[in-house]
Amino acid sequence: MDIFLQQIINGLVQGSIYALVALGYTMVYGIMGLINFAHGEVVMIGTLVTITVAGTMIKAGMPVVLAGFAGLSASVLVCMALGWGLERIAYRPLRNAPRLTPLITAIGMSIVLQNLAMMIWGRNYMTFPPLLPKMDFEVAGANFTAVQLIIVLVSSLTMGGLLLLVYRTKLGMAMRATSQNPAVASLMGVNINRVIAAAFVIGSALGALAGVMVGTYYEIAHYQMGFMLGLKAFTAAVLGGIGNLAGAMLGGVLLGIIEALGAGYIGDLTGGFLGSHYQDIFAFVVLIIVLMFKPSGLFGEKTGDRA
Amino acid sequence: MQAKLSVVALSVAAAFALAACGQKEEPKPVAAPAAPAAPIAKPEIVVKLGHAAPMTGPQAHLGKDNENGATLAIEELNAKGLEIGGAKVKFELLAEDDQADPKQGSIVAQKLVDAKVNGVIGHLNSGTTIPASKLYADAGIPQISGSATNPKYTQQGFKTAFRVMANDVQQGKALGEFAAKQGVKTVAVVDDRTAYGQGLADEFKKAAEAAGLKVVASEFTNDKATDFKAILTKIKSKKAELVFFGGMDAQGGPMAKQMKELGIKAKFLGGDGVCTPEFMKLGGEAAEGNYCSLPGMPLEKLAKGPEFKDKFVKKFGTEIQLYAPYVYDAVMVMADSMKRADSVDPAKYLPAIGQTKYDGLTAMIEFDEFGDLKGGAISVYQYKGGKLEYVETLGGGAVATAQAEVKEAVAEVKDAAKAVAGAAAEAGKDAVKAGAEAVKSAAEATKAAVEKK
Repeated sequence: MDIFLQQIINGLVQGSIYALVALGYTMVYGIMGLINFAHGEVVMIGTLVTITVAGTMIKAGMPVVLAGFAGLSASVLVCMALGWGLERIAYRPLRNAPRLTPLITAIGMSIVLQNLAMMIWGRNYMTFPPLLPKMDFEVAGANFTAVQLIIVLVSSLTMGGLLLLVYRTKLGMAMRATSQNPAVASLMGVNINRVIAAAFVIGSALGALAGVMVGTYYEIAHYQMGFMLGLKAFTAAVLGGIGNLAGAMLGGVLLGIIEALGAGYIGDLTGGFLGSHYQDIFAFVVLIIVLMFKPSGLFGEKTGDRA
Repeated sequence: MQAKLSVVALSVAAAFALAACGQKEEPKPVAAPAAPAAPIAKPEIVVKLGHAAPMTGPQAHLGKDNENGATLAIEELNAKGLEIGGAKVKFELLAEDDQADPKQGSIVAQKLVDAKVNGVIGHLNSGTTIPASKLYADAGIPQISGSATNPKYTQQGFKTAFRVMANDVQQGKALGEFAAKQGVKTVAVVDDRTAYGQGLADEFKKAAEAAGLKVVASEFTNDKATDFKAILTKIKSKKAELVFFGGMDAQGGPMAKQMKELGIKAKFLGGDGVCTPEFMKLGGEAAEGNYCSLPGMPLEKLAKGPEFKDKFVKKFGTEIQLYAPYVYDAVMVMADSMKRADSVDPAKYLPAIGQTKYDGLTAMIEFDEFGDLKGGAISVYQYKGGKLEYVETLGGGAVATAQAEVKEAVAEVKDAAKAVAGAAAEAGKDAVKAGAEAVKSAAEATKAAVEKK
């Protein structure tokens, strides 16, 4: 039983990370119907910037707390600028192009950012400076750390904040209006360009936050780390219903738990026929089953055939 | 992925175009100033050596390390100015990125074959080396890998496949026996499902079971993963005392760390893929006190090791990761074979590789009939204070044990001689006879031991 609990904790933490990244995908998709494949790379750059800034400051003998905050702020700022730049350079000129075009551009930007990061930070793995105190807890035979707790907390708080932003502020109202019909919204006096840019900037800031969380958790970073993470988060967003904030959160946590349980039990359930390397397949089988019965995801709203 | 491929293809095409331009232009400046100076200008031939390793992706740091090893070797060869078949030879490295991906490995292999390289150094991973080796074999191009350790590579019956490193049968066996000596009874085995990781883990499992250990869990991950908590939790529930990992440092480091976070007290053991400075950087404290193995002898213990290290660090401004010395040797063996065959034609110098007897940086390099390194030693290291500390050399140790036997036999002879002396003093005829016999038998033992060696 303690194993089950441990697997749930493993899944919950992993899932919270997916959720945090998935929020960025879903935010942009909800407004423009664009899947921003470069979002995983934004997360990666968030991690690497934190390493550079916080690592240098710690080396210079500054207190860890200060270095941590500086690293976090720097990475949020850099990623916000990056998100704005991406939208301005890569996506805005294609706003009225067929939907496949910005999708391909997104993949292209993802490759560009990866290679740029490789040129700046090199090919080697980097270690993330320990920004949070190391504390281990044990409850009912299951181990968890302070970092894990913080990750789950941060990702729930972030989602709460986002919901407030979308449903309780003027900007949020403008976002919802733009998502329903950009043309009409702009006729009603909503500055579409500003709203979309804001969505990118906020999404990227969340990406930076996710990057810092991933970095603190695994203490390892690499210029390619965003690819797989982005793919999984995208899956989580689809599972929960892409475009829906609560759905992204739920999809992320669900995906994380399914993966952990899959890896933990699939071998025993199939009598060793399928091993733990099938954990990804396990997750995707669940995704397919969900999409068969609810094609727009668990929380997704029905949309017309836009693609 | 498609987009990625085409980008690679484009850049490679560009690189080829540049290389082609370079070649065309080269003879002119060389021939022009040389002609008036020396009436008989020596012809210069360009020997193209292909090199394939991952230059992008999670193992890019190891790939670059390999390429640096090859670059260093080629620079030294060019500086030396080798002459083969009466012509001055200029070596050129044609480096390709195989992304550690078997599919991409075959694509770049075909590219190297089409470019008519004289020989291939690589690939880095067993998973890419094995499928690529068929293409090289079909084209008759000799291939020497400095890092592909899966036994299958040389067992496919290709005459063109060689490696300058002990294979995983030797390594897995040594590690299995080493684990048994650690006083543990139950082990868990994790591999990354690559040809290397799986091969090494399987050999380890065999050896561990033969040594009386119980394998309580076999878990799997992949070579891009960062989270291992799910499988480690399972291993924890099976109460394994030692976790063996068949895979690379980028996974091994975080894995060791996550073991500690989950409160797993088991020891961590791995092969050459995790025996890197990178592993310790990534594993942090969790690496401390654990063991790993590397084929061959430690660089510090090799005659030319420290010198090579200095040269490497000075030239590239980075530490040696892992296989650079082996790749360096692979290039040197190829050049040496060309020299002995007095030809750079693959068909002509290929037989010469088989007869190699080259005193290289990493070992005395000789190949058996499969193209494997003869008597490959395996060294065990411990992660201690953020450094790899040499513990012992296993396997390939046939030499070491034979030496010990000879020593023992010599001691016996000495004892016997003493007995003879004593006997002589007593002048007892029988005693002398017995003493002489003892000497004789001891001498025979010595002879046997020496023969064994």
